[in-house]
Amino acid sequence: MSKKTTIVPIGPYHPLQEEPEFFKLHVEGERVVHIDIELGYNHRGIEKISEAKTFEQAVLLVERICGICSTSHPFACVQAVEDAGDVEVPVRALYIRSLIGELERIHSHLLWLGLAGHFIGFNTVWMWVWRYRESVLDVFELISGNRNHYAMFKPGGVRRDIRNEDIPAIRRMLKGLDGPIKLFRDAIVQDPVIHARLKGVGTLTRQQIIDYAAVGPTARASGVDIDVRRDHPHAAYDKVEWKVITAQNGDVFDKAVVRIGELFESMKIVEQCIDWLEKSPGSIDANPGQIKAGEGIGHYEAPRGEVIHYIRSDGGNRAVRHKIRAPSYVNIATNRESVIGQSVSDATIILAAVDPCYCCTERMAAVDAANGRRVLSGDDLIRLSREKTEEIRRELGLPGPELALEKALRRLG
Amino acid sequence: MGLAVNLLTKSLNVFHCAGSVCNNCDIEILDALTPRYDLERFGIVLVGSIRHADLILLTGVFNKKSAVRVRRIYEQAPKPVVVVAIGACACSGNYFRESYNWDEPVGRYIPVDAYLPGCPPKPEAMISAIIKLTRKLKG
Amino acid sequence: MLSELKTRLGGTVIAWREKSQKRHYVEVSPVDIVAVTGIMFKDMGARFQIATGADTRDAIEVLYHWAFDTYGCVVTIVVRLDRANPELDSISGLCKGAEWIEREMWELLGIKFRNHPDMRHLLLSDDWPEGKFPLRKDYSRAN
Repeated sequence: MSKKTTIVPIGPYHPLQEEPEFFKLHVEGERVVHIDIELGYNHRGIEKISEAKTFEQAVLLVERICGICSTSHPFACVQAVEDAGDVEVPVRALYIRSLIGELERIHSHLLWLGLAGHFIGFNTVWMWVWRYRESVLDVFELISGNRNHYAMFKPGGVRRDIRNEDIPAIRRMLKGLDGPIKLFRDAIVQDPVIHARLKGVGTLTRQQIIDYAAVGPTARASGVDIDVRRDHPHAAYDKVEWKVITAQNGDVFDKAVVRIGELFESMKIVEQCIDWLEKSPGSIDANPGQIKAGEGIGHYEAPRGEVIHYIRSDGGNRAVRHKIRAPSYVNIATNRESVIGQSVSDATIILAAVDPCYCCTERMAAVDAANGRRVLSGDDLIRLSREKTEEIRRELGLPGPELALEKALRRLG
Repeated sequence: MGLAVNLLTKSLNVFHCAGSVCNNCDIEILDALTPRYDLERFGIVLVGSIRHADLILLTGVFNKKSAVRVRRIYEQAPKPVVVVAIGACACSGNYFRESYNWDEPVGRYIPVDAYLPGCPPKPEAMISAIIKLTRKLKG
Repeated sequence: MLSELKTRLGGTVIAWREKSQKRHYVEVSPVDIVAVTGIMFKDMGARFQIATGADTRDAIEVLYHWAFDTYGCVVTIVVRLDRANPELDSISGLCKGAEWIEREMWELLGIKFRNHPDMRHLLLSDDWPEGKFPLRKDYSRAN
């Protein structure tokens, strides 16, 4: 196949100014040879804004850093404040925190699975997975009042209790998820089309993970066995049984396998938390009052990896310095390794594999490495990705997981 | 009006332009397209190119960098085009009004036809907004 | 592990504050930062979490947060820089994970990182006014 023939310039060419993209891939023919990553489209100056907010207000502010990790930032933030002020949190609040965190992990990983399906051409998978995700959002609405941005955390504890009369609904949701997630797992993990499509794609080695200080499923898929919940015990994670999921090859397939495995572990943790909460009334808030001068670090294993907050207090009611590092900050940089040398039809799924915010993934384009001329838009990249899956499916002569999954889900009813 | 006719007789092409977002509004927009809420029954279709758009959905705060981008996108949209600001950030700036990287609500430099507050607004609210907007356009 | 760390860091330590078993803050001289990073990252195998730059009005501080995941603790290396001219060697040669945060600390606080492979704006527009550092305490939106 000659170098230039496979890529046809499609989409508007802007003679005056390059369309600013989050991910700009430089391609030679079909190969990605370089990537520019431009951050800053989401930069809202939150650390500075936090210096003008009280500690309790700051928790609501940081919820809005990332919608899908909506509880992860508050989780780390309140722990940083509590670390600074040496605040002890009542044990019932610790269980509620883990409950909320794991429910979020479930719907976040389901979201990723759906988007991954969307990017490689399984739109039915997307619709089905997101339908099951809705049941988790319904539970959030029941216990917190909002499907997203649940405002459950505060320094010293949590803002709302979990009522025993709501617990059966949580159990029903878990029961309803169990069958379908097992189906997804088998459909994805065992399917030859998915194997051919995702194995060996976008591989990151152990050393690359360590050099870039990457975290989360991105790191665990390459065999780097780190998880803040286990390594730096907090909330109720050392009070319940669960295990860290790792894989060895570091490709997109393994990243999917890790996230699917984590879904089951999260359901286990949720189950154990509600069992405990049902039988153990108690205080949910230490009501700390003044936070003494000092500094604190809080970190938590968000669905994407470690999120870390550092807070410095001068004894007042607001932070003098509030540093925030989301997991995607370290993970997105790994794209500088994982996408180089890969085919442009794999670029979309590789960029999506570290689970960045979905808007950023859509804001991608490819330019000719020789002259900088834009050759592919984000839509084109997604289209190429789906076409590759189709090609593989045809070559293998198989129906692919979508149809198998559809049939199985219909039987489930 | 051409737009209302489109809505009744064929699809409404919707272009989603995200600014500096936390992604919740964007996910809820996608959710609204899933079978549970099924915006597609109103003939709403997401399009990838601004040049085909009948309606632009704006989400997020538009910081200095993304403000430049949204202005250019609006210029490229064939007129008439309907603009809807989804979520508290797009409506007013939300928690980020004090940001050093933000100048003003997007409605001050792009003509917005409908504001849908919420953080994020639920898919039901989006459906309600579409219905109200259609009525307004029909006159 | 901590005694091994203390031994390796040796004379570079200006002050060691143990806030708790899990939180240690170790001040070192800015000139030693690359050597100390080598000890933390290469010798001790700690994981680089992130760096925090802070304007304390009488100095600019940089805190490097290192996680010891096997031991469940975080050791923060602290350097204090002259506020009038904050300069420091880049550690990105040893630890690629620090490349972006050094760019961010430059553009938000004005810290110059020597020998950085790619120093330019990370978050702010390229046309952001020079010399205006938003995270400094004397920054004002008005100008």
